[in-house]
Amino acid sequence: MAPSETASQARVGLGMPAWLKSSSDGWTLFFMLALVCLCLVAISENARNNLTILEVAWQQNIQLLLDGLFIGAIFAFAAYGLALVWGVMNVKNLCQGEYVIMGGYISYCMYANGIHPFFGFPVAIVLMFGFGWLMYFLVIKRVIDRDLFTSLLATFGIAIVLQQGLNLIFGPEVQTARSGLPTATITIGGGSFTFAWIKLAAFLMCGADAGRLALVIVLFMKRSRMGQAIRATAQDPRAARVMGIDTGKVYAFTYSLNAAICGAAGVLIAMIWVIQPFYGITHSIRSFVVVTAAGFGNLPGVITAGLGLGVAEQYSGFVLGADFQQATVVGLLLLVLIWRQIVENKYRRVVE
Amino acid sequence: MLKDKIERPGYLLIAVLGLIAPMVFPAYVQQIAMLWIMIVFALTWDAMGGQMGYNSLGNIFFFGAGMYMAAVAQIWPWYDVGEYTDPAGALKTSFTIGQYFTGLALGIVMAAVGSVILAVLFGLIVFGLRGPYFAIGTLGIAIAAGELIGAWDWVGGGGGIRLPVFPSGTDADPLFRVPFGAITSADLQGIFFYWACFLLAAATFFFFRWLYTTRFGLMLNAIRDDETKSEALGIRTTLYKTIAWSMSAFFLGISGALFGNIIGFIEPLEVAFPTVTFGIFMVLMALLGGKGTLWGPVIGATLFHVIKEVTWTHLLGWQWVVLGLLIVLTVVFFQQGIVGWIQERRPEWFGIGVDRGTAGQQADAAGKIAR
Repeated sequence: MAPSETASQARVGLGMPAWLKSSSDGWTLFFMLALVCLCLVAISENARNNLTILEVAWQQNIQLLLDGLFIGAIFAFAAYGLALVWGVMNVKNLCQGEYVIMGGYISYCMYANGIHPFFGFPVAIVLMFGFGWLMYFLVIKRVIDRDLFTSLLATFGIAIVLQQGLNLIFGPEVQTARSGLPTATITIGGGSFTFAWIKLAAFLMCGADAGRLALVIVLFMKRSRMGQAIRATAQDPRAARVMGIDTGKVYAFTYSLNAAICGAAGVLIAMIWVIQPFYGITHSIRSFVVVTAAGFGNLPGVITAGLGLGVAEQYSGFVLGADFQQATVVGLLLLVLIWRQIVENKYRRVVE
Repeated sequence: MLKDKIERPGYLLIAVLGLIAPMVFPAYVQQIAMLWIMIVFALTWDAMGGQMGYNSLGNIFFFGAGMYMAAVAQIWPWYDVGEYTDPAGALKTSFTIGQYFTGLALGIVMAAVGSVILAVLFGLIVFGLRGPYFAIGTLGIAIAAGELIGAWDWVGGGGGIRLPVFPSGTDADPLFRVPFGAITSADLQGIFFYWACFLLAAATFFFFRWLYTTRFGLMLNAIRDDETKSEALGIRTTLYKTIAWSMSAFFLGISGALFGNIIGFIEPLEVAFPTVTFGIFMVLMALLGGKGTLWGPVIGATLFHVIKEVTWTHLLGWQWVVLGLLIVLTVVFFQQGIVGWIQERRPEWFGIGVDRGTAGQQADAAGKIAR
């Protein structure tokens, strides 16, 4: 799905059996019904009780919504990095989540050594940029021109090395870097919800950063020499190379930028949530959900999808129980993929 | 040709080694049984990833699904499953020999048939996806299945299920006690399931060996090489993809049923749906041996399993890091695999004729320019 492939997208592949192909609306209905059945199975008495709580103590909704938006902003951040790498280099980076967790551990280290984790930002960005550069020249460089599965599996291998390495260094305990910012309990209409300033700060920072980043990237892509080179490379790497563009440098820069963005997201995750060596894969899947839903080069779409994912996850975590949080992310991924298939099928295309 | 000369004695040698292994190495019965299961993993993955070009990261789903379906089928005719899996453990259970083996047979059939049904159902979802989306979609299915089973109390939730114990030689049934009286239950179980695994691996191997010689095998290769074109030629790709996936699922489901009974205790995340261990091992083994070849997965699985069993305990916690590095190195530097590498060097051993006519020379020259 890289821009260079757009020309070859109009293929006549149809990924569904004939009896369903006749009406894609019937197909939609079929899966929606199946999903509703699944949900009914999943919604036990416990879940119904939780729904009642949401109705009676409606202030809880504000809590969930705010938490979801705050967390979702960070998801959007990491997903933007993935969209960048995927769009420009056509590398499906499955170690996205591990970079996030590494950024988190950088800020945790600073916290453990008595430095305020906010200072983790510059450190994480610089260190992760360097790490991304290293990874590019060790591995990614060699998989760019290969078939689609190679990059996926190679980055999955990196992900395993990183998560196990982090596990050996920091242990499997769940960690958090406390920011020390106060929380406020706000009472409305006889109920109350807590409001953590750190989360608002993180949200604003993400918003501001994403906005600033968007601005910088748009200007950078449009005006600067490097930006033009990146766009040219995304369109046709071979032609760009012929025209004298050092595509290797473009790729290295893009990949390192992605690692730095993930590192920054990780610092925020460590402050407002928890980190653990094996949580990376869920973050990777979240990024994939967001990018698959929004597409590349669509920053508003990425932000909306990220916020939506955050809220959906908070609600399912509350209603169905914490056990279902990861299942929700994966379930949403499958839903998005099904939805994309239905949309693409209308234009007689497949999701590739 | 070399192939003809070594084929028959080779199969005979492997059959003899496989049959006598539990007697020669009684201490390693479980490890060797595991080897056969690994071979099944690699072969079934390769049918999809290597022959059809659909790289699944979630084939382990059928392993876990088969394991759970078999467990339920083994318990359900005699006890209430919900009570049996209750962690409080108030229910006292014992299975007679007849009940045990009836349940086991039922379980294996259930695992095979159920996995095929699941493959057809999930095929509806995933076969509109190509390339990386297919890989991630299937990975999603496997992860989601593990999480959902973990939250499903009727099958024990995260606490898992303890499977019926293999009948011992001291059992009351004289038919069983007389021949096996001197052997402990664990040993009997080990040898019984060893042979089951060996049979399964042999069946899988010969099935796919036959399949690749048929028209169906050629169609799978056509889908791998260019799906759009094969569709234009009138091959019903979705149907064939679903059938191939069902075949993988069939053997994987049985392997899950057997593995569950070897371990004796099943649990959703580590045993039944181990996405990052067995789920990735099967990809790695097929790649290491050479994907898209018949013997590649077998050799890759054997090599990987032997190295893993020998070195694993000496790596002191670093084994997973080594595994990740092995994946990266194999994928990046050695993607054609062992058999693929030999095939490149000695195509005549595989009966592949390389025409060195003018067309071949032109192609070589064109290849040099492109590089």
